[in-house]
Amino acid sequence: MTGTGRLVRLLLRRDRVVLPLWVIVLALVPAGYVASFEGLFPTLQDRIEYASVSASNAGFVALYGLLKGSSLGELVAWRAGFLPVLAGLFAALTVIRHTRADEEAGRTELVAAGAVGRHAQLAAALITTCVASLVLGALLTAAMIAQDMPAEGSLAFGAEMALSGCAFAAVGAVAAQLTPSARSARTIAVVALGAAYALRLAGDISALGDGAVSWLSWLSPIGWVQHIFPYGANDWWPALLTLVFVLAVGAVAAVLLARRDFGAGLFPARLGPATSPMATPPALAWRLHRGPLLGWTVGFALLGLIFGGVGGSVVDLIEDNDGLGDIFARLGGTTSLVDNYFAGIAGLVGLIASCYAVQAALRLRDEEQSGHAEPLLATAVSRPAWAASHLLFALLGPAVALLAEGLTAGLTYTDGDLGAILASTLIQLPAVWVLAAVAFLLFGLAPRLSAAAWGAPALCLLILLVGQTLQLDQWLLDLSPFTHIPHLPGGTVAATPLVALVAVAAVLTAAGLTGFRRRNVPD
Amino acid sequence: MTQAIEATGLIKRFGKVTALDGLDLHVDTGEVHGFLGPNGAGKTTTIRVLLGLMRHDGGSVRLLGGDPWGSATELHKRLAYVPGDVTLWPNLTGGEVIDLLGRLRGGLDARRRAELLDRFELDPRKKGRTYSKGNRQKVALVAALASDVELLILDEPTSGLDPLMEEAFSEVILEEKRRGDRTVLLSSHILAEVEKLCDRLTIIRDGRTVETGTLADLRHLTRTSIQADLAGPPDGLATLAGVHDFSLDNGRVRFDVDADALAPALQTLVKVGVTSLVSQPPSLEELFLRQYQRPGS
Repeated sequence: MTGTGRLVRLLLRRDRVVLPLWVIVLALVPAGYVASFEGLFPTLQDRIEYASVSASNAGFVALYGLLKGSSLGELVAWRAGFLPVLAGLFAALTVIRHTRADEEAGRTELVAAGAVGRHAQLAAALITTCVASLVLGALLTAAMIAQDMPAEGSLAFGAEMALSGCAFAAVGAVAAQLTPSARSARTIAVVALGAAYALRLAGDISALGDGAVSWLSWLSPIGWVQHIFPYGANDWWPALLTLVFVLAVGAVAAVLLARRDFGAGLFPARLGPATSPMATPPALAWRLHRGPLLGWTVGFALLGLIFGGVGGSVVDLIEDNDGLGDIFARLGGTTSLVDNYFAGIAGLVGLIASCYAVQAALRLRDEEQSGHAEPLLATAVSRPAWAASHLLFALLGPAVALLAEGLTAGLTYTDGDLGAILASTLIQLPAVWVLAAVAFLLFGLAPRLSAAAWGAPALCLLILLVGQTLQLDQWLLDLSPFTHIPHLPGGTVAATPLVALVAVAAVLTAAGLTGFRRRNVPD
Repeated sequence: MTQAIEATGLIKRFGKVTALDGLDLHVDTGEVHGFLGPNGAGKTTTIRVLLGLMRHDGGSVRLLGGDPWGSATELHKRLAYVPGDVTLWPNLTGGEVIDLLGRLRGGLDARRRAELLDRFELDPRKKGRTYSKGNRQKVALVAALASDVELLILDEPTSGLDPLMEEAFSEVILEEKRRGDRTVLLSSHILAEVEKLCDRLTIIRDGRTVETGTLADLRHLTRTSIQADLAGPPDGLATLAGVHDFSLDNGRVRFDVDADALAPALQTLVKVGVTSLVSQPPSLEELFLRQYQRPGS
C-alpha cells in the first residue's frame, strides 16, 4: 500500500474536472426535485393522490422502485430512484479508468516500478471513488436539510446515493482484475450494474403483484440501497448490508490482484489461428464488434425476459383493483396500465440501446487513437469504406439488440400481442440512430471532442428522468429525439416525426463523413 | 529516371505550429532512400502526407505519379507502409493481421510470407496483446515485405528489433535492392543501417531539407581526420584553408581537413617528410552530428 497517498493525489489531479462534475450534478439534481414537487403537488391531498397512482404504476415502479409513502421527502427520494444507478455507473467506470485502463495503456508499469505497493494503484482508485461518493452523499444531505427536509431522512437519502457509488466502485475493481482489456472490464461492470438493476426491477414489480419473486430485489445492491426508504422507514440495516458488500467485494478484488500477473487477466492468453481469411473492412469490423454485439444482444434478451415476465404482475394489479384502472383511464386517456408499462419500458430500452450505438460509433475514434486506423488507411481501403464498416454496427447492432429484447419480452408476456410489443421496441430505432449520428458527426468534424458524444444519451436520460418533474420547457424536452418517438403500444403512429428523425440522422452522418474525408488522420 | 516520390516545398501546419516548412524529398524509382532527421524534425508528418492521411498546406507532392491525397486509395494498392509505432488489435493474432493488411493492399505472396515468418522467427499464432514491441514491428514488416507492391515506406522499421533481427532485416532489404524492382523510403536513426542499405539519403531538420544526395556526395562535405609524425616543422599547414583543429605535439600533428583541401594538405606533409600517417575516413556519424546540431549551438 506504499505510495497510495501520492497516487490518490495523482488521480485527483487527473480527474479534477470530471469527478467534481458528476458529484455535484448527482447531488443537486434530486435536491432540485423538492421545489418542483412542492409546486406540482402543493397540498397533502394532491400528494396522496399522486402517490397512490404512482405506487401502483408498473412503469414507474420499474424505473424508480417501490413507493411506500406520500410525504414530500418520500416522493422526492422515490423519484430520484434511478440516480443511484448513475452514481454506480460513474463509480465503476472511474475505478476501471484508474486501474485496468492505465495498466493496459502501460502507464501503470511506469508507476508500479516505483516505490509503490502492489495494491497501491487499486487502493488509490477505490479510496478516491468511495470518498467522491461520500462527498456526493454529504452534499445531497446538506442540500436537502437546507430545504427544511427532515435530518434523518436526508442522511438516509445521502447514504443511498453514496453507498450505491461505493458498491459499484468495488464491482468495478473486481471487473478490472478479470480481463486484460479495459473495454471488456467496462462491459463486465456495466453488465453487473444492469443485472443489479434488472433484479431490483423484477423483485419490485413482483412485490407490486403477487410477490412471488419479490426476494429478487434482495439480490441486488441497487435493491438494498432503495430499501433504505429515506424519509419513510429510514431503514439502516440495508445500508449496513451494502457496506459489508463493499468491503467483501473490495477484498475479493485485492485477492484477485495478488494472484495474477501484471498486465494479465485471470486466464492465460491462448494461441490463435496463424492465418486468416479476413480480406475486407467489414470482415475486420465484424471481428471487432462481434463480442460487444453478442454481449448487448444477450443482455437485451435477458432484459426482455424480465420485463415480459413481470408484465403479468401488472395485469393482476388491474384485475385486483378496478378503481385504479379508472384513475389511469382518466389520467392517461386511452392507454391502459399494461400499455403504459410497455411504452415506458420501450423508452428506457431505447435509451440503453443508444448507449450501445454511441459506443459502437466511437469505436472509430478508438481505432484512430490507438494507431490501428493508420496502417489500414495506408492500404487500398478508402476512408468512407472504413468508416462505413464501423457505422454498420452502430446502426444495425442496436436494431439486433432491440429486436432481441422485444422478442423475449413479447414471448414471455403471454397475454400480450407480440407484434405490438415488438413494434414498441423497434420504433425507438430512429432516435437511436440520431444519437449514433451525433457521435459520428463529432468523430468527423471535431475528433478531439468525440467523447462528448456520451453527453447526448446522458442528456436524453436526464430529460426522461427529470423533464416532467422539473417542468422543463417543451423546446428542452424536444431536444431529446426520444421525445418524438410515438408511445407504443396504445398511442398513434405518425410517420412525420419518424421520417424527420431518420433524415436528421442521415444529414448528421453525411456531415460527419464529409468532415472525416477532409481532416488529418490521426488528428 | 522516373521519380517515385517528388515533394517540393512541402508545407504542413498544425494550428500555429509549422511541422513542414518547405521540405523537399525526391526518391528515384528503384532506389533505397534514407530519410534522416532528429526527433520531431517532421519525418512521420512527411510520410503521412505521402500516404494521403494528412493534407499538405503548400508546395507540391506526387507519389508514384499520382496525387497522394486525391487518389490515395488507388495509390495504396501499389505501396506498403510500416508505421514507426506499430499497435496491433489485442485480440487478433499476428498471422491474422498480416493476412488482413496484405489482402487489403491487394494481395500477399503466401510463399514469401512463410519465408519471412521463418527468417524473422515470428510465431503468427500469438494474440496482438502478447507481442513485445519488437515482435509487433515484425508483424508489420512481414505484412509489408510479403506484399506485391512497388513502393515500401518504412518509418524507423528496426526500432525495437534485436541485433540479429536487424541483420535479418538488412539482408531482406539488400535482396530487394539486388532485384531492383522496388523503391524503398527508409526513415531511420541507425547510421550503420543507412550506410549499408541506402543509395541516397535526405536529411531534414525543423521541417526543412538540409542535405540530400548519395553517400559519396555527402561525404564530400565532411572532413577527414589526419594524424602524422613529421620529420621537420609543418610550415604553413596550420594556416592552410580547410584545415581545422590543428595541434602539434613533439613532432606529431593532428588535424581535420575538408575534402577539397585534402590534396594541398597532403602535399605540404610530403614536402616536410612523413614518418607515419593515420587517416580516418569521414563517417556518416560525423555528418549526422554536424547536420543535426543547430547552427551556432
